[in-house]
Amino acid sequence: MASLPPTAHVNGLPQALPDDPRRTLLDWLRHDLGLTGTKKGCDHGQCGACTVLVDGRRINSCLSLAALHDGDHIETIEGIGQPEALAPLQRAFVTHDGFQCGYCTPGQICSATALMAELKAGWPSAVSADVAARPNPTREELRERMSGNLCRCGAYSNIIAALEEVIANETTETGAPA
Amino acid sequence: MADASLSVVGAPLRHDSAHLHVAGQARYIDDEPETPDLLHLAFGTSTHARARIVAMDLDAVRAAPGVVAVYTAADVPGANDVSPVAGDDRLLADGEVVWLGQPLFLVAATSRRAARQAARLGRIDYDAQEPILTVEQARAAQSLIEPTQRMARGDAVAALAAAPHRLSGQLAMGGQDHFYLEGQIALARPLEDGQVHVLSSTQHPSEVQHLVAHMLGRSSADVTVEVRRMGGAFGGKESQAALYAAAAALVVHHTGRPAKFRADRDDDMVQTGKRHDFVVDYEVGFDAEGRIAGLCLRLASRCGATVDLSPAINDRAMFHADNAYFLGDVEIVSERLKTNMVSATAFRGFGGPQGMLAIERVMDAVAGHLGRDPLAVRVANLYGPGRDVTPYGMVVADNIAPDLIARLRSDARYDERQAAVARFNAESAILKKGLALTPVKFGISFTTTHLNQAGALLHVYADGSIQINHGGTEMGQGLYTKVAQVVAQAFGVGLDQVRITATRTDKVPNTSATAASSGADLNGMAALDAAETIRARLADFCARTFGCEIDAVVFAGGEVQAGGERMPWATLCRRAHMARISLSATGFYATPDLHYDRAAHQGQPFYYFAYGAALAEVVIDTLTGEHRVLAADILHDCGRSLNPAIDKGQIEGGFLQGQGWLTSEELVWDAAGRLLTHAPSTYKIPTANDRPDHLHVTLWDGANHRPTIHRSKAVGEPPFMLANAVFSALGAAIAATCPEAGWPMLDAPATPERILAALARQRDGVRA
Repeated sequence: MASLPPTAHVNGLPQALPDDPRRTLLDWLRHDLGLTGTKKGCDHGQCGACTVLVDGRRINSCLSLAALHDGDHIETIEGIGQPEALAPLQRAFVTHDGFQCGYCTPGQICSATALMAELKAGWPSAVSADVAARPNPTREELRERMSGNLCRCGAYSNIIAALEEVIANETTETGAPA
Repeated sequence: MADASLSVVGAPLRHDSAHLHVAGQARYIDDEPETPDLLHLAFGTSTHARARIVAMDLDAVRAAPGVVAVYTAADVPGANDVSPVAGDDRLLADGEVVWLGQPLFLVAATSRRAARQAARLGRIDYDAQEPILTVEQARAAQSLIEPTQRMARGDAVAALAAAPHRLSGQLAMGGQDHFYLEGQIALARPLEDGQVHVLSSTQHPSEVQHLVAHMLGRSSADVTVEVRRMGGAFGGKESQAALYAAAAALVVHHTGRPAKFRADRDDDMVQTGKRHDFVVDYEVGFDAEGRIAGLCLRLASRCGATVDLSPAINDRAMFHADNAYFLGDVEIVSERLKTNMVSATAFRGFGGPQGMLAIERVMDAVAGHLGRDPLAVRVANLYGPGRDVTPYGMVVADNIAPDLIARLRSDARYDERQAAVARFNAESAILKKGLALTPVKFGISFTTTHLNQAGALLHVYADGSIQINHGGTEMGQGLYTKVAQVVAQAFGVGLDQVRITATRTDKVPNTSATAASSGADLNGMAALDAAETIRARLADFCARTFGCEIDAVVFAGGEVQAGGERMPWATLCRRAHMARISLSATGFYATPDLHYDRAAHQGQPFYYFAYGAALAEVVIDTLTGEHRVLAADILHDCGRSLNPAIDKGQIEGGFLQGQGWLTSEELVWDAAGRLLTHAPSTYKIPTANDRPDHLHVTLWDGANHRPTIHRSKAVGEPPFMLANAVFSALGAAIAATCPEAGWPMLDAPATPERILAALARQRDGVRA
């Protein structure tokens, strides 16, 4: 039986991975697949503008080679929600003006999406007082957990406010801490 | 008349691109589809800071895979110049290099990787000379970009001699990289008959247009520059974008193919200018209350290798060396040093922060010397009746600083918290807190008078939809939204009726840079002028058609009332079109009442001042030198805000960017003139974690005393200087370890290393 070509699922669709093993995940998404919502800020893994979700976990796509993602499920900002059907986090960013120039915004939203899953899974952070306890989504925790995504316009207050609103709504809906 | 009760202006409306930004659908230049024939560009750059170019062997570059063409200065058909004013910035070096990293040759290749790899293969023979890098070297060589400037009133030296107390000191402050998240980029495309279209991430499309035209030896009419939005700019795309736009246009000219220059982050940081670093020396005379009687201030900045905007930037530093204070007999001397470094350039505040930080240090040092509360010294020195003329001879006619400071002092409980900090410090051996409240008074207008003009182009379509275009550029500051609000209000329609379109030189010509915080002031007024022209035509049409007075025509709530007639806005537009009424107009605005004699440094360079004040509370760890900003309480004056949500964002963001400049953002060059901090791995801008735990922003509730657009005030730059409170608070925390030693000698940025060194000097009792 012939082996299948290396394929990743991007926003739910199967996509053949590039032949060039040096192609970064970021360049593959932006240039080969035309998913330009993911931005290139520093190309060094330091600014977070290129954050995407790989099997639900956030990574800097500029630091990862596309060829390494055979079988992975990749979600970009385009998969999280479109202007006519925004995800709750995207709506909250609009409500709270969680951006100014907007260039870091897709990365912020991808990062925040994964952050919420990390909280649910009970992952501690560098500022968690008790690493064994279920993390409490305080502003200090949220700021620490978002500190890998730079915003030069300094919209951090509103980014954290958007995140707080969505976490609070989820808590209300499920009756359990996020 | 439009109904003022319709609250489009003044409402906290969301950014016009909000729904696109959150979905990744807002298009930046790098997101434009790439055609197969697109060429990608890279510069080969100088490895010496100062040298004669003996020979360039580019054979290996030309032979590299993917390379289509390689260009040098000899290939520039017109002027080899990308400078804003002085004509001294080369697109490609010609015979000599004056800074390390300067572009020497341009590679066009089929991919960005191929262009960048090939650009490293040039073999350059240099005749290297000793570069001038430091302030001391530049002074010794009398290396200046222009003569040293002097602004003075009275006899400062005599006033110093007569003063009961005297103090002298020095403060050094670093530069700052803009670190716009979207780096420099341009995409040029050929049009017919030699014309060129350039998408450029620039704050100054008209200047890019003119430079590209001159560089190609063509007229401005042959070049169109367009920018829909920038992913941040902060002054870094006022003059610096021209280099990349010109390179892309040169390749289009020679190849007839589209060309994109997207600077790599490290290259961008090396190749583009930054905020000026300054060294300030002061000598101040004052009375027992700390009131200044005489001041000699010497400001010296490293301007880099070319003029760029340094004269105006250093002028603005002089204009803000008073901040909100009456300085008595004063002499402000400004040295503009020419060094073999990338030319320093515009950055939010444009020299204002450096001048203002200097006088804030003087206030702190005076307070430290007298053992008085620094805020008491500040208040004693504020402008007031009989003390209301600046060192450049302008009367401060709108002095709200005393009231604004008093309100913040009360609302943020300054005195109570200062006492709490003193108690904390008395009981805490290792951690020390500091608290400071500092004002901001920032002059609004380009100090180069002719730049204070703007144009707009407004179309009303027969279906009632409205398209507005103006010379201002959108970089995240919400300018497009504010101008759209102004237009919607003028016609009494909702914001959803107004489509604001990309800034283009073929729609509005001869524009000024979107800079000096002037975007909404100038372009809002120009747009309003255009809207009033069309509204007057429509009102006249209504009066004639429905037999009512022109004044009785009311535009409100998406409807038009004309005497007894009432109809939807769109219906009127259709009827006006059928009646052959022109529904398109240009608008124009020039700021009145500005004059300035630069030779004497006297006049009225500003239309008005924007004010603010911040209280910052910090804690330092005296063992490590690390600190945290615990709290910031801000009261800021936007006049009658056009959009409070956008203005609050500008205030918070400006404050945080200022905090970065004064604490974590450190630029380091080596002895050869090589920038070592050329990536975010080594150059640290604030993260979400650096935002103060408590950050409270309130808008001052007064209107502008000048008839600006809806009595609002400019807000782009002034909040940056609110962060001076952080720097003063850090000084206070260090001083708390040994108050009898006076105010600490702390330079900016206050990195842990500098705070530790200042603590050590404080222990040794060295006075500032």
